Amino acid sequence: MKTICLYFQVHQPFRIRRYRFFDIGDSEYYYDDYANESLMKKIAAKCYLPANQLMLELIEKHGNGFKIAYSISGTALDQFELYAPEVLESFKRLADTGMVEFLAETHSHSLVSLADPDEFRSQVTRHSERIETLFGSKPKVFRNTELVYSDEIGSLIADMGFMAMLSEGARHMLGWKSPNYLYNNAINPKLKVLLRNFMLSDDIAFRFSNRNWDQWPLTAEKFVTWLKNKNRKEDIINIFIEYETFGEHHSAESGIFDFFRVLPRAAFKHKEFNFLTPSEAVSRLQPVDAIHVPYPASWADEEKDLSAWLGNDMQNEAFSKLNELRSLVRKTTDHIILTDWHYLQVSDHLYYMSTKVFSDGEVHKHYNPYESPYDAFINYMNVLSDFTRRLNKLVGSKEAKTDQMERMLKEKEEQIASLQRMIDEMREAKQPIVGPVGIAEKPRGETSTLAAGTQGIAKGTAAITTPLSAVTSEKIKNKLREPEEAETGKKKPQSKISSSSASGNH
Amino acid sequence: MRVLMFGWEFPPHISGGLGTACHGLTKGMAHIPELDVIFVVPKAWGDEDQSTIQLLAAENFPVRKKSVEMRGFLKEMTFLEIHSRIMPYMSPEEYEKIDKKRHSGSSIYFNTELIGKLKFTGKYGPDLFQEIANYALIAGVIAEDLSFDIIHAHDWLAYPAGIAAKEASGKPLVIHVHATDFDRSGGSVNPAVFEIERRGMEIADKIIAVSNLTRRTIIEKYGIDPSRVVTVYNAVEPSRLMDDLKFRKKGNDKIVTFLGRITMQKGPEYFIEAANKVLKKSSNVRFVMAGSGDMFPRMIKHAARLGITDKFHFTGFLKGPDVHQMFLMSDLYVMPSVSEPFGISPLEAMQSNVPVIISHQSGVSEILKHAIKIDFWDIDAMADAIYGILHYGALSEMFKKYGKSEVANLKWETSALLVKEIYDEVLCQ
Repeated sequence: MKTICLYFQVHQPFRIRRYRFFDIGDSEYYYDDYANESLMKKIAAKCYLPANQLMLELIEKHGNGFKIAYSISGTALDQFELYAPEVLESFKRLADTGMVEFLAETHSHSLVSLADPDEFRSQVTRHSERIETLFGSKPKVFRNTELVYSDEIGSLIADMGFMAMLSEGARHMLGWKSPNYLYNNAINPKLKVLLRNFMLSDDIAFRFSNRNWDQWPLTAEKFVTWLKNKNRKEDIINIFIEYETFGEHHSAESGIFDFFRVLPRAAFKHKEFNFLTPSEAVSRLQPVDAIHVPYPASWADEEKDLSAWLGNDMQNEAFSKLNELRSLVRKTTDHIILTDWHYLQVSDHLYYMSTKVFSDGEVHKHYNPYESPYDAFINYMNVLSDFTRRLNKLVGSKEAKTDQMERMLKEKEEQIASLQRMIDEMREAKQPIVGPVGIAEKPRGETSTLAAGTQGIAKGTAAITTPLSAVTSEKIKNKLREPEEAETGKKKPQSKISSSSASGNH
Repeated sequence: MRVLMFGWEFPPHISGGLGTACHGLTKGMAHIPELDVIFVVPKAWGDEDQSTIQLLAAENFPVRKKSVEMRGFLKEMTFLEIHSRIMPYMSPEEYEKIDKKRHSGSSIYFNTELIGKLKFTGKYGPDLFQEIANYALIAGVIAEDLSFDIIHAHDWLAYPAGIAAKEASGKPLVIHVHATDFDRSGGSVNPAVFEIERRGMEIADKIIAVSNLTRRTIIEKYGIDPSRVVTVYNAVEPSRLMDDLKFRKKGNDKIVTFLGRITMQKGPEYFIEAANKVLKKSSNVRFVMAGSGDMFPRMIKHAARLGITDKFHFTGFLKGPDVHQMFLMSDLYVMPSVSEPFGISPLEAMQSNVPVIISHQSGVSEILKHAIKIDFWDIDAMADAIYGILHYGALSEMFKKYGKSEVANLKWETSALLVKEIYDEVLCQ
């Protein structure tokens, strides 16, 4: 028996509007509402709705035979709620069939797994909870943004209680091995790893409508023959593709919908095939080996690494500047700040800054609202500058004040210490003046006790000054904290109002 | 293959990019063994770089008559009949030879120096049309005198010379369009110049445009058959790094530079407006406008009116080493040209590790990837890009990393090879 495991990625970012540097401090709204709404509506009409309809028909037609999985990013869910609630409804209908599994991912479709384990866990939890609320069952399988996987990320996910995680079946991690088996995590063998068969997945996702491809046109029968010709012992073929493949990357006229309409039937003609969701596949199959991925891999480009998001100086700077803000963001509960934070972390922003557009071309150009990676970087950094400013205004300024006071105290302490040293030195210097000959005559031990004595005095004064300064610094800190608490207390109702108005669209 | 090339200026005596481009191209052509270039300019100072080419100054072909009458000096075609009337003073034998070939035709009178040489000023000036006509006249003489296979004329000033040479020798003519009057005038085209350009394009066997932007202008505005126009991009010579700086940058202020003729074509006012926007938000930045031109006084007034002259500086015309110096002091170079057929200066800036902002309305934007491109009129975008490069460190790093190697790949040898292919094609026809 060979399992065909189909999973579709559904994601849309909140695209940032043209945000000039003179908007910094002037405008706190970052999004291109027109682009976001019109693109969502267009893709809903061309892809999500007809594709969901097709999947529903296929599930009804094949009884318990046809099963699929989705991962829907938090930002895509937000956009469905805002602009295309009918899409969410149709996903719910799919969930009701029981033949569809919804996977967990990071709520912000972020690359936080590479930066901060705590934040990573909280984003995963937030997404899982939302999926459970919307579709009724708690995700058991995790897929990371852009299929980023490493041994460590896998082990984090295992600790969170997931049974499996998806990954690219990249050549550099597999070597001679085949992606068409179940593997387990190298650190925690409890976590199973499903590997994407990128050849077969990309035949559909990238090459399907390419008339220069020697296999064009691809029919369901042909595709099934390829699956059939695989090694008999191979258990599972993971076809992981972006859902926008339907009707968006390949137009309906290319025949992509028809291809899928007949794919299950073509597969069922051969008794050896079945369709399973990831969690079903994982519980039925036995892992053959551990997969070792010491460095993070992804599903992008030739390299299957992070170079599409963190491949140049601009991307690295933007990503590290973003991550620097994390500690400040944790200190706020302001709904609008947190929403911006959520949207700014979306990996697409980094993708737009990729200079690979110059070499890899086509794939990178798709839906890139920017003319050049430089343009994308400047715009994002302008927004991030303003976001940082707001964040600092909200939580940072008091921090900065205490920091400053502490620094001042430290400086004063250092000054005291250095003055003390000078006094000591002068006292020590006095001794030889009084009796230089005497000292020379004195046995070594005595001079050392003398020196120790003066040091003792110095220590004593230092001991007096330190507790004093500690007390004062504590007092100052407390003083600063008081108004802060009072203010946040006052602010809370305000933020509630704003949050309810913002969530009015939900 | 021998090429008779007509230009108007040659380094170090240049008033714009034309001289630099001609020099680079001929240097690139020197790498092709079978090419031999005779470069004709109307005025040679004697200190030009002649290592790669044979430089002929039209002025050095003495004219026999002291004054030659010319009726309707813009009728280049008539030069054919005329040119035998002005006799280049050479050896008596040559003199006789040419004298025998004399044609009769309309008579022309030129004012010449006492020794009988035509005097050329070699500068763009009010008697330019006269100069062009003179130049064409002598070109015909040169063409009769020398042996060559193909004629190559750079820009409109030399088209009449190219045409005259073609008519005199019957050899094919390639014209090289570095700019059209639509670029220079900002739309208000001088009909006399337009006519010279259009004639050149019509008579030429092949037209080389320095960018697709220029190619489009030639096709659309001059009504030329697209199959006759080929784009060959300019390149840049490898920079000679100079470390013996006369002045070094002082202070921590970032320097943003505009360098070029201060004329409408170069869009200086957009630079000033963008500077004004940036200066409102950041204090540690200075702007420099280097160059001279007819809009210079207006630009100073403009900057003064905006009240930014404490941070906005004018240097006047810079040349040679000073240009290089200016680049070394700059943190950013901006070329907001309204219409720039190519634009070599951003490439020179990138060689000096200076990031560049260029307008979409420049030919160079067609080939550069590691530059920020904006529309010249979009001062918001320009200001934003300036601010971004000065404030977000990774950008400058990126430009330094990729820009220099990108420019290093733009070689005159490559352009010269393409030109050679065009010669071959023309000679096969």
